[in-house]
Amino acid sequence: MSTTTSTINKGPALKLPEKNYLNQTYGIRSWLLTTDHKRIALLYLVSVTFFFFVGGFFAMMIRLHLLTPSGYLLSADTYNRMFTMHGVAMIFFFLIPSIPAILGNFLIPLMIGAKDLAFPKINLLSWYIYIVGGAFTLYSMVTGGLDTGWTFYTPLSTVYSNSAVAPAVVGIFITGFSSILTGLNFLVTVHTMRAPGMTWFRLPLFVWAHYATSVVMILGTPVVAITLALAAMERLFGLGFFNPAMGGDPILFQHLFWFYSHPAVYIMILPAMGVISELIPTFARKKLFGYHFVAAASLAIAVIGFLVWTHHMFLTGQSTYAAIAFSFLTFLVAIPSAVKTFNWTATLFGGSISFDTPMLYAFGFLGLFLIGGLTGLFLGCLGVDMHVHDTYFVVAHFHYIMVGGAVMGYLGGLHFWWPKITGRMYPEWLARIAALVLFVGFNLTFFPQFLLGYLGMPRRYHVYPPEFQVYNVMSTAGASILAIGYLLPMIYLTWAAFYGKVAGNNPWPATGLEWTTASPPPTENFEVTPVVTWDAYDFHNRPDLGLDIPGATPGVVVPAHGHD
Amino acid sequence: MQSPLPFFPEEASSFAGNVDALFLFILSTCLFFAVLVTLLAIYAAFKYRRTSPGEVGSAVEGNTLLEIGWTVIPLFIAMGMFAWGAVVYTNFRTAPKDTLDIYVVGKQWMWKLQQPNGKREINELHIPVNRNIKLIMGSEDVIHNFYVPAFRAKMDVVPGRYNTLWFRPTKLGKYHFFCSQYCGTNHAVMGGWVTVMDPAEYAAWLSDEAGDVNPTSAGEKLFTQLACNTCHLGNGTGRAPSLNGVYGAKVLLADGTTVIADDAYIRESILQPKAKIVAGYQPVMPTFQGLVSEEQILNLTAYIKSLQTQPVPAKGAGIAPPTAGKK
Amino acid sequence: MHRTGALYGQFNTLEQQKDTASLGMWIFLVTEVMFFGGIMLAYTINRHTYFHAFAMGSNTLSLKLGGFNTVVLLASSFTMAMGVWSAQTGKQKLLTLFLTLTIALGFVFFGVKYIEYAQKFHHHLVPGRNFDITYCINNPSKCEDMDAAELDIERKEIDEAQAADPDLNAHAQLYYSAYFGMTGLHALHMVIGAGLLFWLLRNAFAGIYTPVWNTPVDIVGLYWHFVDIVWIFLFPLLYLIDRHK
Repeated sequence: MSTTTSTINKGPALKLPEKNYLNQTYGIRSWLLTTDHKRIALLYLVSVTFFFFVGGFFAMMIRLHLLTPSGYLLSADTYNRMFTMHGVAMIFFFLIPSIPAILGNFLIPLMIGAKDLAFPKINLLSWYIYIVGGAFTLYSMVTGGLDTGWTFYTPLSTVYSNSAVAPAVVGIFITGFSSILTGLNFLVTVHTMRAPGMTWFRLPLFVWAHYATSVVMILGTPVVAITLALAAMERLFGLGFFNPAMGGDPILFQHLFWFYSHPAVYIMILPAMGVISELIPTFARKKLFGYHFVAAASLAIAVIGFLVWTHHMFLTGQSTYAAIAFSFLTFLVAIPSAVKTFNWTATLFGGSISFDTPMLYAFGFLGLFLIGGLTGLFLGCLGVDMHVHDTYFVVAHFHYIMVGGAVMGYLGGLHFWWPKITGRMYPEWLARIAALVLFVGFNLTFFPQFLLGYLGMPRRYHVYPPEFQVYNVMSTAGASILAIGYLLPMIYLTWAAFYGKVAGNNPWPATGLEWTTASPPPTENFEVTPVVTWDAYDFHNRPDLGLDIPGATPGVVVPAHGHD
Repeated sequence: MQSPLPFFPEEASSFAGNVDALFLFILSTCLFFAVLVTLLAIYAAFKYRRTSPGEVGSAVEGNTLLEIGWTVIPLFIAMGMFAWGAVVYTNFRTAPKDTLDIYVVGKQWMWKLQQPNGKREINELHIPVNRNIKLIMGSEDVIHNFYVPAFRAKMDVVPGRYNTLWFRPTKLGKYHFFCSQYCGTNHAVMGGWVTVMDPAEYAAWLSDEAGDVNPTSAGEKLFTQLACNTCHLGNGTGRAPSLNGVYGAKVLLADGTTVIADDAYIRESILQPKAKIVAGYQPVMPTFQGLVSEEQILNLTAYIKSLQTQPVPAKGAGIAPPTAGKK
Repeated sequence: MHRTGALYGQFNTLEQQKDTASLGMWIFLVTEVMFFGGIMLAYTINRHTYFHAFAMGSNTLSLKLGGFNTVVLLASSFTMAMGVWSAQTGKQKLLTLFLTLTIALGFVFFGVKYIEYAQKFHHHLVPGRNFDITYCINNPSKCEDMDAAELDIERKEIDEAQAADPDLNAHAQLYYSAYFGMTGLHALHMVIGAGLLFWLLRNAFAGIYTPVWNTPVDIVGLYWHFVDIVWIFLFPLLYLIDRHK
């Protein structure tokens, strides 16, 4: 395998910039009361990672327990709490915030040439709201747990469940406002804070992706907020909107819930797609093929994504015509994602491709999102969903997208921007191995679940018929490998933040504005407000990067990885 | 019944073939595109790998024709998948006129099914082959879902409304059915077996009342069939008292009194479970009034009597301690 | 990020700052539309399903008090708009006057709301605790604020509604859940608005707002108008539709 990476020339060892956002001020108060978007991103990094571990713990319990058909490890009630809390922790406290609140917060002002987001104090408030919501939900987890499924279907959640539903629902309600305020901040920032020359169509696609995500956040999240508020009132005060015994309608709850929760999955995947749209051009050293189409596709996904929610309800006994209409729309929403996938692949042709870790994650995303997205077609197709609805087929589908897609994008982005965030480079070979381990472990965990689903194994089962055991054992084996794939980056990224090789401004090199400033950046991001005169990923018009184009500044680029 | 690494359940209904065919169509189309994109990506990764440190890719920006092409073609294919799926589904949602109707009630955590002549089953469904069967389903509590993988058919069972599910079984045999909408603690054990029979056998079964000759083994079968064993765990860890050693013993009740667990007590516990609650337990046992015949009660009693000799667990048997309890 | 005079550090010009604040408030109001929209949708669907019970519920609301509150809020929007104009034209005294009037009208609204809520408690019309839509007609002495004529009309309506809907009480309880949910949420937003107005008033007295910089008045004005618009939707939905049919 070629060892050619982004190394241009070897130079003297680099030094971190004297004053940067990390050491500008010291002390716990300067962090907890910061309004610097970069520090807030790191606050989110710590808390989101914590919830990733919480959700991961529950996942481990699930897979361990499912090794045998008759449930040797946990009681039924405990298992039901495991999968519910796994879903709640991962969806609301990891997947939805992860890329936007960490990478989005850190990078958007840098990418558009601004000093900060539009509303820095609201940004800090968002984090505190997240913490308070998380505290309520953790309280629920430790005082009785939650066993309703993350979907809280009524009347199970409002009347019959004996678990700590109310604090969890309140916690998620509160955290929703963190999401809303983040989305609001991003939308306004992109509209009003772009540097001179940074026109809409020169924006990096990461920014377009977050713009589309923010539209979904602000339109969808308030609906789940009111839905959860009504459900909490029903549970606490006995109101009857969703309770048939009082004339209410459990299906109304499902409509209101899914009206947000389907667009929510686009909140989770669009930012990851934005990361991939940065990684592929950078590591192929080529403009993204079809920039305008990819930007439009992000918006199309956000808009059409609001029109498909009833595909979660094809088998509730609703009108056949409604089901047909929503199936049609569901197939429509697949098209922009397909367009993006084709554009990413086309970017590779004619490129100059290197296989640094972020690019490995991008390739992994391509493959896994392909499978995850295509399996969505099976589920959107009425004639197949009638068989696989609520089976492990669904579980496999959404894990391919959420883990194979969103988490790959998240890790790829973390690696790519780690030198910008910390000023130091992660260990490349260990990182490549971890990426491979993750890819293998992931597929072993979740591919058998497609087979389980088509065979008829329903989801949320603490025991199962013995004929399903082989695939379950495969899945658990894969999960243990996957766990290693996650632990490795946690360890070496933390190590690298303190002891990694100093990276310099632009180790790759990449074309974004964020790479023109120091690593780590100063608190005000740019010494001088940049004036933009080039398109996104326009390697041919960037002589300052020191690559092989006419008029390039020689000897500019510093080594990305010191191993050559 | 199945190979070690199976992929498909049996095809046992008129829907199954259509669903599988549609599935294979979508699968092959998706496989084609997935393999195509993967091979293209791998090919490009090799062909265009970086050869010198400063190398830059070409200045290509895009190709509108290509964009239109790979938008429209997938759109057509998607519409094909949608249309075929809609046809299969519409057939599935439109029950024919000449159905044999079965009434189904789902409740936490069991299924009660009633045949047209009134005969009732619990967690079992006997139906004749090659007849159109329609299930009319309601729920007593939360949302459940009746799912027969071999028929490729399922439907939610929603409280406050009736949902119907129809199918036409085409193969004799016994097929698993499951609850497929999470409904609480014992969601995973809320299933049973659909038995598809020869029409003549079905008719005979429908009018047949007698079960096994041996009351104790008949009672044991019933004990499982009626899901008594899901709460009355032998080791005392269930939500109901263990029945080991209880026949003939003194039982301590919640109100402090004791009672001998004789035949009358057992019969009352089955038909009016809330009349006497064992100390330390919740009054959650459902009544089986109307669901068991006198003969079946006798069989159950015989079985419970046979548990006299089983080891009594240290906790959870409800049997009164040897000295009279304090008030 | 530091503030130099009126300009916050992340901005380059005052105009940019103003545009940003405005856009931020508009987008926030969009989220509020989605928030109220959810519960209004639930209400509308239930209204359609339980027509009789909901019409009965509407009939138990006082058109006089509701109508009066509507006028009060419209007036407060007017005074708010006048306040914004005063800030933009540098008329500090008028600004404080209009802000005070807006707050006062807001409190009038609260007062009327309190009377309405108290009446509901008194008449056993609060969901969950002893809800009984027939309470007043069965216990006329307990509902002194209703005269005989009103009670007769109500008795007739309840009888008709009961005939059409045997579960009238349960469904009427749904109406009242929505009533308290929607008006309670609206009142909460008004309380927040009143708090913001007090803050504006304090700053107005200190002479902080000038024609060059008066963004907070502007955006609180937007918020106040929105809260008013929510009421303009609530009033017909809860009080007016199918009234005394």
